[in-house]
Amino acid sequence: MHDTVVHQTVEIGYGGSERLTMNMGPQHPSAHGVFRAILTLEGETVVGVDAVIGYLHRCHEKLGETLTYVQYPSIASKTDYVAAMTAELAYVSAVELVGKIDVPKRAQWLRVLAAELQRVASHCLWLGTWCMDIGGALGGGATVFLYAIREREDILDLFESLTGARLLYGFHQPGGTRYDLPAGWTEQCRKTLDRVEQRLGEYEAMLEDNAFFLVRTQGVGVISRELAQEIGVSGPLLRGSGVNHDLRTAAPYSSYEAFEFRVPVETAGDCYARYRVRMVEFRESIKIARQALDGLPEGPISSRPGVKSVGQVRVPKGEGYARVEGARGEVGCYLVADGGAKPYRLKWRGASFSNLSVLPHILPGVKVADVVAIMGSVDPVFGEVDR
Amino acid sequence: MTLPPLAYHALVGFVVLNVVIGMVTYVTLLERKFPARMQSRIGPYYVGPHGLLQPIADAIKLMIKEDVVPTAADRWVYNLAPIVFLVPCVLIFATLPFAPGLGVADLNIGVLFFLAVSSLEIVGLFMGGWGSNNKYALLSAMRAVNQIISYDLPFVFAALVPVVLAGSLQMSVIVEAQRGLWFGAYPVIGWLSFIAFLVATLAAENRVPFDILEAESELVAGFRVEYSGMKFALIQLGEYAHMIGTSFLGALLFLGGWLGPGSDYVLIGAFWFLLKAMLVFLVITWVRWSFVRIRVDQILAISWKLLLPASLVLLLAAAFWVAVRGGHGA
Repeated sequence: MHDTVVHQTVEIGYGGSERLTMNMGPQHPSAHGVFRAILTLEGETVVGVDAVIGYLHRCHEKLGETLTYVQYPSIASKTDYVAAMTAELAYVSAVELVGKIDVPKRAQWLRVLAAELQRVASHCLWLGTWCMDIGGALGGGATVFLYAIREREDILDLFESLTGARLLYGFHQPGGTRYDLPAGWTEQCRKTLDRVEQRLGEYEAMLEDNAFFLVRTQGVGVISRELAQEIGVSGPLLRGSGVNHDLRTAAPYSSYEAFEFRVPVETAGDCYARYRVRMVEFRESIKIARQALDGLPEGPISSRPGVKSVGQVRVPKGEGYARVEGARGEVGCYLVADGGAKPYRLKWRGASFSNLSVLPHILPGVKVADVVAIMGSVDPVFGEVDR
Repeated sequence: MTLPPLAYHALVGFVVLNVVIGMVTYVTLLERKFPARMQSRIGPYYVGPHGLLQPIADAIKLMIKEDVVPTAADRWVYNLAPIVFLVPCVLIFATLPFAPGLGVADLNIGVLFFLAVSSLEIVGLFMGGWGSNNKYALLSAMRAVNQIISYDLPFVFAALVPVVLAGSLQMSVIVEAQRGLWFGAYPVIGWLSFIAFLVATLAAENRVPFDILEAESELVAGFRVEYSGMKFALIQLGEYAHMIGTSFLGALLFLGGWLGPGSDYVLIGAFWFLLKAMLVFLVITWVRWSFVRIRVDQILAISWKLLLPASLVLLLAAAFWVAVRGGHGA
């Protein structure tokens, strides 16, 4: 027996080993939505992570089978409730693709305008919540959060006067948009865009001139280019890892080819790179929105007559996949139609779901404090993850 | 009529204690109104004119709240922790004079007493984190021990610079030595040690950017996550009392305490002193609401690799300066 090494476990009172299992979520101040990460810690270092999702599952795909093509767009916005416009756009694009429904030019441009304003609003929320993750709700993070939320409010005001709703819009419908711009909206929109653009510089000054912000973000949570492509992350995460892929330029939809904008790419792959990508996207989205306001074509806003009954839109038998670039990445909708007024099968591809699956690959080895910073930089929306 | 010394000191101690508790209560209002302005909000507004009665309402709310003790908690340690935490935080006011002669006890080792007692708060803090039997609290308690031990050293060294310059550990002597030139305005050595003092203060008081104990984005509320009602209020009281105490110390050591126009009158002197102390507190609050929190390892690196050597060098420089000049005083 003397030559056998007996492993002794040091009791620290939790689970009988030196390792500490800690639940982060589903109820946790920095859990974005209801994400549960079961962390295994050694001291402050994360050695294992078990990601549990599904707390917000609402049977979205089954709902899609039971609601007609007219009804579902307002429900589609509930998948990604932070960027509802792009979620709706993905659904109606799939319907239009399978049903071969034309979309008038004006409607396409209105959709671009809405999508880009939505991207600005969504990134505002991301910036605020992420800074709150890093800086604390009782610290500098809360300051950035309140500033960013103020800007998001302005955009939501625009949406309110456009659609009557502030969060879940029902703006899109198969064949076009449901609403046209109200009187005076263009001027209000221009003013808001100017204001947001000017304040972006203030946020950058507040964050990037702060050494503490830089040490918390630079080199933290690095997603390598290979890992990003292997996992299938998209959106700012992918572009932050050095892959120049944006569906707006890679596979233009809804007249995006008519707009001039730059796709930001950073190569570092860390939290700071993702932050930079999103900060540039803010400005590019504002640029696109201005172009859309300047060159908005005249004409009808829908190729279909006004809706009189919920079963009015029927899609012939067929299937197809439509995808758009949402604020978090590729939002896709796979639709199988059987000729009726409801889809036979609907499949969502949520950007957050794919982006979130990178977490177990990058979390082990970081400190507890970085877990929240990395999670925030992924920007998941749990409506879209669990659906 | 003169009171016997013991009764006099007891009376002054009672008054100072109440002044401190009153200040703590109202400093929380300042801490809510000031960031509200920074963040383009209004802050507390409805309780009393401009929210002036908000701290009272908060205190009453905390007092009548249910006191929850977790089943698995170590009851003795858990219940004792807020008291062990609060006592040193209030005791530090014993040697802080508000104006010449206006203080509980102007000991000839005042600075030493302050530094020794203020670092005792870590015991209560660790007891709270350990006794709660909560994983977040435990992690926070571990961080607390790490951080406070690391930052007490630079804090002490930075506070010793004025002591060396004045040649005394007695608060009133240090203040009087600053007649003509504050140690905070003392060329190079004074400026740098004041900055080092402020940084170490932030860390010793667990304020943003060094508030990894509370760290509500990962540890929910840190060591006090299980506390509620009056025990939570005691911990808050202790924290703010410690913060105000350190602001007082900063004002005494670096900003000339009660010195100012008309400071020959005790009350005007006390006014100047409180003004300077609140200025220090405001700077701490300002930093809190504009910085992000940094990580444990980074905090320790800043302390051991930067702040501690820097404050040691400053202390040595001050000693050399006094030796070269051949005397104390500004």
